Amino acid sequence: MPETNNNLVRIRDLHFSRGRSKIFNGIDIDIPRGKVTAIMGPSGTGKTTLLKLIGGQLKPEKGTIHFHGENIPAMKTKKLYDVRKKMGMLFQSGALLTDMSVFDNIAFPLREHTDLPEVMIRDLVLMKLQAVGLRGARDLSPSQLSGGMARRVALARAIALDPEMILYDEPFTGQDPISMGVLVELIRSMNDALELTSVIVSHDIQETLAIADQIYILSQGKIVGHGSPHEMNQSDSPWINQFVHGEADGPVPFHYPASSYKDDMLSGR
Amino acid sequence: MFDWFAQIGKNAIEFYARLGKEVLLFIQTLLAFVPLVLRPGLIVQQIYSVGVRSMLIIIVSGFFVGMVLGLQGYNTLVDFGAEESLGVVVALSLVRELGPVVTALLFAGRAGSALTAEIGLMKATEQLSGLEMMAVNPVDRILAPRLLAGIISMPLLAAMFSAVGIFGGYLVGVDLLGVDEGSYWSQMQAKVDFDQDIVNGVIKSFVFGVVATWIAVYEGYTCIPTSEGVSRATTRTVVYSALVVLGLDFLLTALML
Ligand SMILES: Nc1ncnc2c1ncn2[C@@H]1O[C@H](COP(=O)(O)OP(=O)(O)OP(=O)(O)O)[C@@H](O)[C@H]1O
Ligand SMILES: [Mg+2]
Repeated sequence: MPETNNNLVRIRDLHFSRGRSKIFNGIDIDIPRGKVTAIMGPSGTGKTTLLKLIGGQLKPEKGTIHFHGENIPAMKTKKLYDVRKKMGMLFQSGALLTDMSVFDNIAFPLREHTDLPEVMIRDLVLMKLQAVGLRGARDLSPSQLSGGMARRVALARAIALDPEMILYDEPFTGQDPISMGVLVELIRSMNDALELTSVIVSHDIQETLAIADQIYILSQGKIVGHGSPHEMNQSDSPWINQFVHGEADGPVPFHYPASSYKDDMLSGR
Repeated sequence: MFDWFAQIGKNAIEFYARLGKEVLLFIQTLLAFVPLVLRPGLIVQQIYSVGVRSMLIIIVSGFFVGMVLGLQGYNTLVDFGAEESLGVVVALSLVRELGPVVTALLFAGRAGSALTAEIGLMKATEQLSGLEMMAVNPVDRILAPRLLAGIISMPLLAAMFSAVGIFGGYLVGVDLLGVDEGSYWSQMQAKVDFDQDIVNGVIKSFVFGVVATWIAVYEGYTCIPTSEGVSRATTRTVVYSALVVLGLDFLLTALML
């Protein structure tokens, strides 16, 4: 796609299933360059799956995912790996390499992909660690970190190569109010200062509304809402309202698809 | 009835699809050896954990197997008054058969199971996914160095096994049972042929190294990423390696005799 298009990622008619359950049933998403895009939705709707599709780790059944105008599912392995150098991903689980220290984990992508001298790698790593407030934890091993700390180390690693786009899978989960504030600030300021494109998957409505430029709400394989945080707050769509205000009743189901509760309880007799 | 046929067909197709994938992965891993030349550090690190750390069990086992061979061989040979040939018997059994085979079995139990568990856990904890997203191919970075380290280590471990075993046989035969020291060594020297015996043994241990390490690495990489999946994959590694090594041993022996 030519440069006139301002979308870094352009998803069209995406279909994806896990076994018999349809995770995505024809969704369209645009992720504009230089903006923070938030993907929200109930647990189990496929937000993590969406990030993995963008990263080329899963292949859709149908549909296209264009990154820089090139269709990710159609890429050859080598090309895909080249494209991934331009993406950073923060995994929900952290996914740190357990056989090396925090320092080496963050140095890892630099050592793999650059020929920088060790002194410079050290400086870069310490800068990233300082940004997430864990410079003092550099010699710990991943097993010695708490969940929130591990996620911040993973964040530092995701930004180590200065990617063009960062995919954050639940960056705020397990953070205390202080680190939460710092992370919100960090994500926003990195996005603006480095002209990154950020995609955030999160359940933390207030934090997400505070930093996102636009929001997509997913539910049951479809996009049920899309717009700026302001539009979201004002929206009269029952889907969006329920989600943004965290109500139990409404069109967005809290339960994983199942037969009726009463039937289920009685059928055991 | 037709369902039954259809099922056979389906199973066959699935089997060949899996086999095809495995062969492709194997070729990819072999191709990844080439760039590894530039990063000897990775290989050395793996040789340490796969090979060096297996040395103790290999050496101790080799010693005992050698001593048993000395005892058994002496008891049989002495009936024919041929106990002078004990050195040949011990050396040939070790170099041609027991060295490569027993080393491979121990290797599968010691290093193979560890490899499968390590890679399987990396998969279960999304470390492999993490590598992929950092644009580092796990085939190049995780599988290839481990496979290469296993292939390098196995023949060396088998050689150690045989050497220690020959020494064990010497202790029992010469020091304990009174076989003449000169004939123990000189007969061995005269009868053990380099091309016929030593090279055969090395070829075997090389093949076993490829097979046992590949099974370990493959099972880990393709396991179901749960605790149970990893535990099953580890068991499979040991069982498959043992079966394949023993089967191949027969085949190779028949070919090389
Ligand atoms: N490896 C897998 N095999 C089969 N089904 C899976 C697998 N991973 C996820 N799923 C299913 O896919 C659906 C979407 O999962 P996903 O992890 O993308 O959800 P999510 O939106 O990220 O949820 P959460 O907010 O809880 O992280 C879930 O219903 C889950 O049951
Ligand atoms: Mg998720």
